[in-house]
Amino acid sequence: MLARRIIPCLDVRDGRVVKGVNFVGLRDAGDPIECAKRYSQEGADEITFLDISASVEGRSTLVQVVEAAASEVHVPLTVGGGVRVVADVRTLLLHGADKVAMNTAALQNPDLVADASARFGSQAIVVAIDAKRVSAQGERARWEVFSHGGRQATGIDALVWARKVCELGCGEILLTSMDRDGTGLGYDLELTRRVAELASVPVIASGGVGGPEHLLEGFVEGFADAVLAATIFHDGHHKVAEVKAFLHAQGVHVRLTEPH
Amino acid sequence: MSVPPRTALVDLGLGNLHSVARSLEAAGADVVRVGEPSTLRGFDRIVVPGQGAFRDGAAALEAGWRTPLLEALHGSTPLLGICIGMQLLFAESEEAPGARGLGFIPGRVRRFPKNLGCDPKTGAPLKVPHMGWNQLSAASSLLGEGTYYYFVHSYFCELHTAAGVATLGTSETEGAGSVTCAAVAHHGIAFCAALAQGPLLAVQFHPEKSHHAGARLLRSFLRPEAASAQ
Repeated sequence: MLARRIIPCLDVRDGRVVKGVNFVGLRDAGDPIECAKRYSQEGADEITFLDISASVEGRSTLVQVVEAAASEVHVPLTVGGGVRVVADVRTLLLHGADKVAMNTAALQNPDLVADASARFGSQAIVVAIDAKRVSAQGERARWEVFSHGGRQATGIDALVWARKVCELGCGEILLTSMDRDGTGLGYDLELTRRVAELASVPVIASGGVGGPEHLLEGFVEGFADAVLAATIFHDGHHKVAEVKAFLHAQGVHVRLTEPH
Repeated sequence: MSVPPRTALVDLGLGNLHSVARSLEAAGADVVRVGEPSTLRGFDRIVVPGQGAFRDGAAALEAGWRTPLLEALHGSTPLLGICIGMQLLFAESEEAPGARGLGFIPGRVRRFPKNLGCDPKTGAPLKVPHMGWNQLSAASSLLGEGTYYYFVHSYFCELHTAAGVATLGTSETEGAGSVTCAAVAHHGIAFCAALAQGPLLAVQFHPEKSHHAGARLLRSFLRPEAASAQ
């Protein structure tokens, strides 16, 4: 049976982890490769790098980070941020990314999803959706998709967009609740479940995790295939292995790391 | 210290070989990327990796890889097929009607059906691609019963035997002895996750992405004697 996945996410700018990762004994907490190695040793099922570099130089640094990480970290790597055209996808895949996430570019040019999926296979293409609840209280729930790192409203309904990107051929959806992101209040479970139920492809829940119980909710109430979290792992309060033991005890099927 | 096995990494032009090359090196291989079909000779090990589309793999076979790969499969060099490298052993795939695989293993490559059911623990619907870590059952000792490996695929290999369609069991390959389903995985349905036939091992999952379990398998493939002595 397929295990539910736990995915730590590292924000990277100009080749460095933006928010320091608080690992005991890590020589360089800002080094994305060191962090990724540590997470994979602790049982992370995949690692996601999201590049938030503003400059062209920063982006080219990302390619080097991906190449070094893929050499040393033998779990799947998803890389996103700044992907504009098919050539960007190709560059990241050739340097060792297993999956490439696209967000704004897919909204501006949905054909990019179809082209990249046809060229590299659906399994390599992730569409990241940043969604914000726009319905008033008491109204039927609605979420709008935002682009440009959440700065720009698109007028597109998140559920409609999720269905569309599945039709276009993406292999996975990375779904972030903008309302919950950074709050520590837990995922937007209604959003997650609605998308997970309509999407034909796996859905990764993101945004709002404050503790292991939120990951459990993401699976059991949100129907997520995978859960992504950053802060709870980075701040050193929760280890991936410990979180997995908790989920296992709660009846969720996870890959418990083998003794090595 | 023994000499690292010279390992041909077959480059069918399907994309990134970086991860699989690094993982093989970490497991002790002397990796040589082979992009020219006529040079696939004299190696200690052959690895046919693959991600991407069956049609592109079949096109690479037409472009010159068919004969050297079939010769290798009929030879005695241990050969590891990964993902599309496993699927290309079959004659055809539902992914690309009309595209010709190697036809070395009897059966065909099929797409996961719709409505695979739900995860029994969380109730979430099962999705395609089958993406993530899954546990093997009915696995050979080399692969490890209950071991988790990383899968990412929408199509799976359906092995045919004299008795009909089989997930488990043994079948005759054309002039090359019997093929065995070496492991089963479950994703709504049970499917053949690995097959073995003489010096051939083919796996649907990605050892190069399967952390310690994958590294152990690659070491065993490269040095069976060292692995069994551990």
